[in-house]
Amino acid sequence: MCLAVPMKVIEIDGNRAKVEMGGTMRVVGLDIIDPLPKVGDYVIVHAGFVINIIDEAEAQTILHDFAVLFGDDDEVHF
Amino acid sequence: MKYISEYRDRTLCENLSEKIKRSHRKPINLMEVCGTHTMSIARNGIRQILPETINLISGPGCPVCVTSQYEIDQFIELANQKDVIVTTFGDLMRVPGSRSSLQKERANGADVRVVYSTLDCLAIAQKNPAKEVVFLGVGFETTAPTIAAAILAAENKNLKNFSVISAHKIVPPALVALMENAQVNVDGFICPGHVSVIIGAQAYAPIAEKYHVPCVVTGFEPADILQGLFMLVEQFENDEAKVEIAYRRTVTWEGNRRAMQILDQVFESVNAEWRGLGVIAGSGLKIRDEFSEFDALRKFALDVPYAADPPGCACGEILAGTKNPFQCQLFGKSCTPETPVGPCMVSSEGTCAAYFRYRARDIEL
Ligand code: SF4
Ligand code: SF4
Repeated sequence: MCLAVPMKVIEIDGNRAKVEMGGTMRVVGLDIIDPLPKVGDYVIVHAGFVINIIDEAEAQTILHDFAVLFGDDDEVHF
Repeated sequence: MKYISEYRDRTLCENLSEKIKRSHRKPINLMEVCGTHTMSIARNGIRQILPETINLISGPGCPVCVTSQYEIDQFIELANQKDVIVTTFGDLMRVPGSRSSLQKERANGADVRVVYSTLDCLAIAQKNPAKEVVFLGVGFETTAPTIAAAILAAENKNLKNFSVISAHKIVPPALVALMENAQVNVDGFICPGHVSVIIGAQAYAPIAEKYHVPCVVTGFEPADILQGLFMLVEQFENDEAKVEIAYRRTVTWEGNRRAMQILDQVFESVNAEWRGLGVIAGSGLKIRDEFSEFDALRKFALDVPYAADPPGCACGEILAGTKNPFQCQLFGKSCTPETPVGPCMVSSEGTCAAYFRYRARDIEL
């Protein structure tokens, strides 16, 4: 339910950002994050909003966690 | 490379479980508060590598599971109103209310749509000006600020046909209620990862202090969880009760202040009923009067009778940690993920669903 996924910021337009991970593209809200992320930053996205900015190593670790947690057989819901 | 990193993980986990065994003397009951932890513990067979005297209990960690039967019935009633489009996250669709579920109502013609974010709801409202678009707000502190942001955006856009039914719950008051419950026996909390990103680890400090109970925030990888367990066992053996963070750089002491501020701007805390735990003071979020035009409960006068939990379902005791799923008479018989009786079997993070899916590993114990 509160699953939050790391994604990379591709573009910022006002309080919306285009983010990407593994070929999945999303437009997400920046309404509840301060300071704002920059293009190229890794962020944690929950239910369509950025909730946190993290570094790349942390993003990789979390992605690995999801692979371990859900296995390759399961669809990860973004 | 994949295998090397997994091997390293395994070595790391073995080292951590050795460390736990070395520092552990007194029997201890530890509760994981988050449904994603419950899943990870079951999936990775963490119970099996721990001494029997370390008892892991699953708590009220999934917002879908703690939503009361009455609230589910309200959602279903809303879906049946004329000219209403109900929007929701997918997890709620199959949760049985007293007579139906959102999925069944949709099959019967109700306009119920699964969305990924509240931003989608705003777009639906703009496209359907003749209809009222209602979002079913279920979630903890991770989710509630995103709903608050949508309400603020709707106000900004002067969107008159969007509203929210707020069944949000907040976590720290539930931990207080568990500590106050004489039936519940918890010596330490494995605190939720993502809720803590928002509220910050300091939110647990009053609980750790007042009830002298160690609280450790951890992530979801087996090594994270084992590290958190080690820190809890150490504190317990040393008779300490601190808040600690084992979730690397993702969780901070003060949390996401902007998110908390938006949450506060739109919601005020009220008493709320949790499935299985009853009414908990200050644990719910009501839309403030200033935003009443976005409050679906004020826009629609719903007449829904109070409903008790389904007969035979032990979800209540499971959420309070006084029973495990194997102790429910319906588990794996009339209640399975295909034919769920209670929400703990429906939600992907529900305790019963986790035990059902990975029960072979737990039964080996
Ligand atoms: S919001 Fe995150 S931390 Fe909280 S219960 Fe859901 S998955 Fe766990
Ligand atoms: S097994 Fe089914 S009926 Fe029993 S507690 Fe779990 S969800 Fe409820």
